[in-house]
Amino acid sequence: MRKSLDTIIETIIFICGMLSIVFVVLIFGFLFKEGFAFFKDFGVSKFITGQFWYPSSEPASFGILSLILGSILVTVGACLIAVPIGIMTALFISEIAPKGVRDVLKSLVELMAAIPSIVIGFVGMVTVVPLVKNIFNLSTGLTAFAGAIMLAFMAIPTIVTISEDAIRSVPWQYREGALALGATKWQTIRRIVLKAAMPGIIAAIMLGIGRVIGETMAVMMITGNAAHIPHSIFDPVRTMTATIAAEMGETVRGGMHYRSLFAIGLVLFIITFIVNFTADLFLGKKKNR
Amino acid sequence: MKKLVTFLILATVLFCSCAKSQNASGRYAASIQIKGSDTIVNLIQVWAEKFVAQYPMYNIGVTGGGSGTGFASLINKTCDIAMSSRRIEKKEKLLAKSNNIEPVEFKVGLDGLAVLVNKNNPVDKLTLVQLRDIFMAKITNWKEVGGEDRKIVILSRESNSGTHMFFKERVLRQNGESAGDEFSVHSLMMPSSQSICDEVCQNPNALGYVGMGFLNDKVKAISVAIDESSGYVYPTSENVMNGTYPISRPLYLYTNGNPNGIVEMFIEYTLSDTGQEVVVETDFVPIKR
Repeated sequence: MRKSLDTIIETIIFICGMLSIVFVVLIFGFLFKEGFAFFKDFGVSKFITGQFWYPSSEPASFGILSLILGSILVTVGACLIAVPIGIMTALFISEIAPKGVRDVLKSLVELMAAIPSIVIGFVGMVTVVPLVKNIFNLSTGLTAFAGAIMLAFMAIPTIVTISEDAIRSVPWQYREGALALGATKWQTIRRIVLKAAMPGIIAAIMLGIGRVIGETMAVMMITGNAAHIPHSIFDPVRTMTATIAAEMGETVRGGMHYRSLFAIGLVLFIITFIVNFTADLFLGKKKNR
Repeated sequence: MKKLVTFLILATVLFCSCAKSQNASGRYAASIQIKGSDTIVNLIQVWAEKFVAQYPMYNIGVTGGGSGTGFASLINKTCDIAMSSRRIEKKEKLLAKSNNIEPVEFKVGLDGLAVLVNKNNPVDKLTLVQLRDIFMAKITNWKEVGGEDRKIVILSRESNSGTHMFFKERVLRQNGESAGDEFSVHSLMMPSSQSICDEVCQNPNALGYVGMGFLNDKVKAISVAIDESSGYVYPTSENVMNGTYPISRPLYLYTNGNPNGIVEMFIEYTLSDTGQEVVVETDFVPIKR
């Protein structure tokens, strides 16, 4: 009796565990099926390197180079802001802050992760966008830079929580050894703690990037969505995610435009897959030490 | 948001019409299909809901897909009424004739697009040619059209929006005179008409277009002239109704032959006072007051 109960529960757990794999494979399969049909009709290189995105014109033109560049520009911008702030916050929480401050800070950072992206987009649209326009004297505040600032807010919690874990898991003996050899606290942090925690921190950055590049709602509201090749971070950009979100609702099912959006999804999926895979590599490296 | 709502309504209607068609003969005295323009699908949907609430024994299915789709299904006899934001074309008429279909036209409402600028922008009138040059980025500074020395920021709707299509057809392509012209790649694609209003409201460089229903006192609509010799006309319901405002279009319903039964009842309902009130509620212009 006990044994059969065991088997039943084990089977249920096994099925649940397998489900996520099944889902990923199904999603990828579906994306691949729709996207591949598009590539066969239109051509991969024309799709990736084309500069013009006029999906509903006659003849339509499906070039996503400007969309890819837009996504990359926003993501890189967000990382430049979020990575230093995130790592320093993590260092402060785990190494420097007294216990009371640490607990408050930690829960606040976790709370930040819970803010819905639409709220971040909305707040950005009414506060950051006019501010960016006035400070930099631009013709419009709807730029990649405004998007990068708001997305940095979304990446910071991810980066802080995971790199804080990594820093905390550096054995105490390392710090004690460094301090015993006469190193100052800053020297210990910089030369010993950061170095030992580096794989975990890199994984944290990668997961932060993954969060930023897949973000849709906030960027759609604040980056301006102009499908041109951006020349600086103060240009409006159109990201891949915003394109899919904005155009999916009214495409004809099974049409060329519909499938081109799946093809964008496929490109995006491959990019996030590479990012997550790199993060896993670094996390794995940490464990093997 | 509006787009999403439209999509959900469409999906629901589509789902319901599929589900109901199986027992249509049993539950309803009659069932009709309306297909066509995405621009007015909201309006027709509200009409259909109110009409069915009044006569529960009838069933009306409303599907979008574009004006062309509407005419195609009218010719294929897969719908009873085609809704359209343009007149039937000559070749569609010929095609209909060869299939023994006689399209009968009903004008059920009007739609006007207002061109918006910031309240602090001294420019208050433009010709269609100037508008076209601005939206194609041939004119890039406000001083070229009598304003201050500022860069023009072009705001447009997403490419699958009916408003976008009509504006492109009427202003950029001058009703087919310069086919193939597109919005400049530098134009910012805004996710909704509301977001165009918001950006125009806080950005003195911006220029955008929205349906007349979105006009409010935080933004300034400009008067438009066909060319410099003809007068500049301000977008009001009266000017759209008497045909002097250039960026407006009638909204049509087409039936096969003179309508009878429920089709006739529905069209009479749309032209009735209550029907025309719905036109106002959904931000279009009624054909009569």
